[in-house]
Amino acid sequence: MAEFEKANSIGEWFDQRLNVKAFTKVMMTEYWIPKEINFLWAMGALLVMLFKLLIITGIFLLMYYKPDANMAFDSVNYTIMQEVGYGWLFRNIHGVGASVVFLVIYIHMFTAIYYGSYKKGREMIWLSGMLLFVLFSAEGFSGYMLPWGQMSYWAAYVITEIFGGIPFIGGDLVIWIRGNFYVSDATLTRFFMLHVLLIPVVLIGAIAFHFYTLRFPHVNNEEGEFFDYKKESEKYLAGDKANSKVIAFWPDFLSKDFMVIAVFMVFFFYLVFYNNGFAMDPVNFDKADGMKTPAHIYPEWYFLWSYEVLRGFFFEIGGVSGKDLGLMAFGFAQGIFLVLPWLDRSPMVKPANQRPVFKYWFWLLMADLFVLTIFGKLPPTGINAWVGFFASATFLGLFIALPFLTKIEAKMVGGK
Amino acid sequence: MFSLIVGLVVAVVLIVLNIVLSKLSFPKEGRILAILVILVGYIYWGFEPFAHHEMHPHVEHASYSFDGKQDIEALEHAGKDATEIKAFWATIAKIAEHKGDAVAGKALVTANCTGCHSIKSEGFPEIMSDADAAASYGVTPPDLSIAGKVYDKNYLIAFISNPVKAMHIEHKYPVGGEKVFPMPASDFMQPQEIADMVAYLSDAAQKVPAPTVKKGASEFEISKAVNKEVFETACVRCHAMNYAGIHAKTTAEVMSKYIGATPPDLSQYIRSRGEEYLHNFINDPQRKLSGTGMPRVGLTEKAESQVVEYMTQIGDSKKDEREALAPKVLIYLTILAVFALLWKQKIWRDLH
Amino acid sequence: MINESRRGFMGVAFGAVAAVGAVASLVAMKKSWDPLPSVMAAGFTTVDLSKFTANKLEIVKWQGKPIFLLKFGADMPAVEKRSVKVGANYYSVMIGLCTHLGCIPAYRDTTKDFKCACHGGEFTAAGVHSFGPPPRPLDIPPFTIKDEHTLVLGEAGPEYKALIARLSTDSNIA
Repeated sequence: MAEFEKANSIGEWFDQRLNVKAFTKVMMTEYWIPKEINFLWAMGALLVMLFKLLIITGIFLLMYYKPDANMAFDSVNYTIMQEVGYGWLFRNIHGVGASVVFLVIYIHMFTAIYYGSYKKGREMIWLSGMLLFVLFSAEGFSGYMLPWGQMSYWAAYVITEIFGGIPFIGGDLVIWIRGNFYVSDATLTRFFMLHVLLIPVVLIGAIAFHFYTLRFPHVNNEEGEFFDYKKESEKYLAGDKANSKVIAFWPDFLSKDFMVIAVFMVFFFYLVFYNNGFAMDPVNFDKADGMKTPAHIYPEWYFLWSYEVLRGFFFEIGGVSGKDLGLMAFGFAQGIFLVLPWLDRSPMVKPANQRPVFKYWFWLLMADLFVLTIFGKLPPTGINAWVGFFASATFLGLFIALPFLTKIEAKMVGGK
Repeated sequence: MFSLIVGLVVAVVLIVLNIVLSKLSFPKEGRILAILVILVGYIYWGFEPFAHHEMHPHVEHASYSFDGKQDIEALEHAGKDATEIKAFWATIAKIAEHKGDAVAGKALVTANCTGCHSIKSEGFPEIMSDADAAASYGVTPPDLSIAGKVYDKNYLIAFISNPVKAMHIEHKYPVGGEKVFPMPASDFMQPQEIADMVAYLSDAAQKVPAPTVKKGASEFEISKAVNKEVFETACVRCHAMNYAGIHAKTTAEVMSKYIGATPPDLSQYIRSRGEEYLHNFINDPQRKLSGTGMPRVGLTEKAESQVVEYMTQIGDSKKDEREALAPKVLIYLTILAVFALLWKQKIWRDLH
Repeated sequence: MINESRRGFMGVAFGAVAAVGAVASLVAMKKSWDPLPSVMAAGFTTVDLSKFTANKLEIVKWQGKPIFLLKFGADMPAVEKRSVKVGANYYSVMIGLCTHLGCIPAYRDTTKDFKCACHGGEFTAAGVHSFGPPPRPLDIPPFTIKDEHTLVLGEAGPEYKALIARLSTDSNIA
């Protein structure tokens, strides 16, 4: 064991044992972030903040929530909402937070797509981010079941039913996932476990991994510029902060993040207090009833686009039933974002509006996702079904066309 | 298709906006924020107000005149014959013109009503227990102590004359059908007699003292007690309010025979249906949910708002706390944001 | 050199044994998610048909789903391909969930058909979709006929298998 000299201060005492000074340098004061960024670069820190809010409020909800098909609804809507001191506040923050976290994830994700932050060495950032998206989706879905209202029940019913479409094992798989022939107490308790233990633990690990993936390729910047971090950081450390292209993670970068978070919190708590209906669907204040289907079943807003892709194909094409086509399109939609770095074959790392072809693709995709989201909630009858079909087909078409379009772009810009 | 076009238009507008703003050397972050706000606002509009508008068609607002106008319009709109309903409500309007005599009314009510109905405040007790009454009539008959102020005068006249028509549930009790509504129609009585009875009920209701509350009870508790009395008369014969410990007077089993469905517990209806829906629904259930077994109850505007307020006091009991806390939290966060902004500017001054 | 490969082999062997343990524990974990025996036992529902009246829909609960049982009267045309003959009578045995979005349609004894309140789908008494968005007839649950007035839901008997075989040859009704 190394010899320790007697420490002269508490700081030194910790430094001897934990190497605090060097650690702070590596993680904070000499962790370099590009200076050419805008507030969209604060979405990551904002997500961390929302995740913390969800965990803290979740802990308080967990103390009174009862994972039992007979008791769950009342434990939420009576015990927590009417009796527990500030229980309503914790639930509103948790419910609205779960919805808003997806808004910020989408902004984060489309910022990355817009600025090309998923390629040329940043593939692992993108992949770990998409893993987080999948985990957050699972966390959102399992949590949505817990209040055991009508939407909880029927969302669980419809989503687990999707697995029934898998060839050969589908039927048994659905029963295995549910632990019963239908969504029941066994389903509730196992999704409760997933929601409060397994998925959060994996999520925390995946978040740490996502941060780690940023370390070597570095965060992208507004112009997609590649520069020498060593040279720029030396400039910064020498005191020429104004001419350096980098800033320190702490306090420079985080001071901006905290500002964005603080402003966002005003908006967030406005939603928590005055406008939480979008995150806590009125239908879910009716207790779950397996014998009574609500007139309209729809997922939360952030799943609407993929739900619409699922039901967009409502008729048979070439001997394949609409249901199977929908399922295939749905699977395609879930997986295709993951391989985006390899579909984009243009070498350009630039904001989309500076890319001659990609900019049209990007805004078309946005418009299509908007149409899918809006029609995903409407009853799929008459004209709505056809809009859903064309929007779903457009979605598939856009991704199939992407490699070809970006190849054309690559030729146009000549490898720049 | 409409929205598809809107979606494309929004995309084009954004691109144009982007170009225009960049030409105007508008601060870049402001430009990005503007685009973000438009996009988020548009998607919110799409999955909330627009979707609700599409899924829940607009219904005429509640009407508290109880003159049958809406029933007639509904029939005519459906292209059905409305002569009978028109004649019925015309008769009701005539009866309403008579000035009732409460003393004469008391004698008539004693002779005609108290065989089934209790009027506890006037010393007419219940003849049977709730369960027995439910078993013999199909549903527990209401106590009439405050009927005169909870139900509209026109509605009471119509109800005494012909309960099924007043309640707008002819589909459940068609003329000559198997099922007969437990309370017989009294349209054979003289108009003056009906007016007298209604006058008496109204008189009796005025005499009922306000419900007693504990000494030093808060305003919230007092209003809750007053509202509860109305709610119990208006709703509790069929519905439970579990979160207030109130059970339906008629059991679910008997109810499902009476009406063909089990009336729901109303504890969370303020959250699941919302205030506007509840008002429109209670006022005339058929308009919101055609074919439902729930009758039109004929509540006055005041009684109905008391019922809805009670549902809020039970189902959303922390509403006042929430509304009181909200501005404080938002003001605090605004101050916090100002400090965050100042700190950030201080740090970034060196960086530019 | 010998030592190197020996060490390598032992490492692989250790890994292999560990993998066996991991796979075995996965089996245990998979089993713990299986439906419980009590749940499996509740997968069967016995129905006594002797008290049924014609043209009156009876709904029994089977595996959490509403099952429609409808006895055909003499005046009702039994679609024999889809009907189940128990004793001397024809019955409709169907899962009472609209094939459109899973709502529970209501039976109208005057028009002798089903109407789904959610999106207006209609089915005949035999469960064939006749109007609106439903993509196919009402599904038929597995059943077996025990005697002339007893039906057991949840067990695929010969009559059920024959019925499914009949339907698969006619895409208009299946």
